[in-house]
Amino acid sequence: MDVEARKIVEVGYGGNERLLMNMGPQHPSAHGVFRAILQLEGETVAAVDAVIGYLHRCHEKLGETLTYVQYPSIASKTDYVAAMTSELTYVAAVEKVGKVEVPKRAQYLRVLVAELQRVASHCLWLGTWCLDMGGALGGGATVFLYAMREREMILDLFEALTGARLLYGFHQVGGVRYDLPAGWAETCRQTIDFVAKRLDEYQAMLEGNAFFLVRTQGVGVISRELAQELGVSGPLIRGSGVNYDVRRAEPYSSYQDFEFRIPVEAAGDCYARYRVRMQEFRESIKIVRQVLDGLPEGPISSRPGVKSVGQVRVPKGEGYARVEGARGEVGCYLISDGSPKPYRMKWRGASFSNLAALPHILPGHKVADVVAIMGSVDPVFGEVDR
Amino acid sequence: MISSDAATRVRETFGLEPTREDGLLTVVLPVERWEELARFAKHELGCLYFNWLSAVDWKGEGFEVVCRLENLEAGLAVMMKARLGPGQSHCPTLTGLYRGADWMERECYDMFGIVFDGHPDLRRILLPQDWEGYPLRKDYAVDTPHAPYR
Repeated sequence: MDVEARKIVEVGYGGNERLLMNMGPQHPSAHGVFRAILQLEGETVAAVDAVIGYLHRCHEKLGETLTYVQYPSIASKTDYVAAMTSELTYVAAVEKVGKVEVPKRAQYLRVLVAELQRVASHCLWLGTWCLDMGGALGGGATVFLYAMREREMILDLFEALTGARLLYGFHQVGGVRYDLPAGWAETCRQTIDFVAKRLDEYQAMLEGNAFFLVRTQGVGVISRELAQELGVSGPLIRGSGVNYDVRRAEPYSSYQDFEFRIPVEAAGDCYARYRVRMQEFRESIKIVRQVLDGLPEGPISSRPGVKSVGQVRVPKGEGYARVEGARGEVGCYLISDGSPKPYRMKWRGASFSNLAALPHILPGHKVADVVAIMGSVDPVFGEVDR
Repeated sequence: MISSDAATRVRETFGLEPTREDGLLTVVLPVERWEELARFAKHELGCLYFNWLSAVDWKGEGFEVVCRLENLEAGLAVMMKARLGPGQSHCPTLTGLYRGADWMERECYDMFGIVFDGHPDLRRILLPQDWEGYPLRKDYAVDTPHAPYR
């Protein structure tokens, strides 16, 4: 929010004809706990003050007090709907600073779960976003229930692999903890084939719906320049015409072995972000198939299983590791002083930077569009507030 | 703009010696030149992308502010680091250059108590406005008591 607008917020009912409306923190479209103080002129948003922090647990302080063995399972609680990628970010940072090798099979397994996670996360986004826009989509909860069904199938796969449905503890420094159980690969193939088939249906349902198009096209435009200045990433920046994907920019975990496209749309509106994610679904499914086809044999971790929490030590140094999560660049900046705990850990949450776009793009839109725009940003507040 | 060219230009313009590692350029600089280097990175090195900004508490040696800027097209990242000096907590703002610095600097102020001079709206962002203390400082204990309801 710019300074001028904020002055009016402080004055309140100072004779101006603007109405202050509090949206959230408990609002169904907030996707968590987020409070937007909207300044309205009639039904049009004039300015926004975004209040965040309701889910703040100070992960960075926790990271300094927990050892390299303990923290990965806590890292999954930053972005809890894409826990595989948050865990991966932390262990990748530790491996970078400690120069720990990861066996090829473990790298492939990491790619496998990261891409499945992206599909699951995008399913949740598609469902909740369409639910937010509700009535316009003829039936409200239809797409939500369909998308949740697909997400459940992927969570079933994760459950068979790790024993958990949301917070996995799959990654560990030096590799991964579990290998594929017997028959898992076959179930996985069937699941992704099914999801791929369903996606075509949803796309037809939505793109053939005039209401959907009216509510998303030209709404919530993030310009290329604004996207870069804010450090927006993931489907948001690719929806604004910038071809930036960490998997390409700085390949980690053997992403260079796989063939996939980076979808980019130029418009920068809600519809462009929708298009990018719909294509990403398919690219992720393509990568999953490639991993299953080319999975190398070998060990799944370069380190023996840990017997005590202080067992992993990292030499003095620092490093920044980043991973392309479902919402964009998830990064971890780690400084080690040689002890079993990091001296400093900075968590770069993709949702935090993405959400920072809201005060810049909401003004000028109707209140109903606020919901559509927020859903298209796809924030996860565990990651915003950390 | 590849990182070796960028390193040469930073050396010539600022007289600083950056360390280079693939596409990453790390520049340690005095805090007085903080904004100047960011401006140079944005306009001359093409670092239009503001990735993140944070700080490190080096106890007796004071705070260090760290900022990562990127040129996405060239794959160049510039990591700026500036020590504020023992007992010092002032740093110039980058909000005039990058709008993304707004929330990042507010978070840094919230967690470390570093004051970004010139920031248009420097208030806490993650913690409540009446919170006492700055949690990511090393002298702030994890179990610091605070009243649950205020």
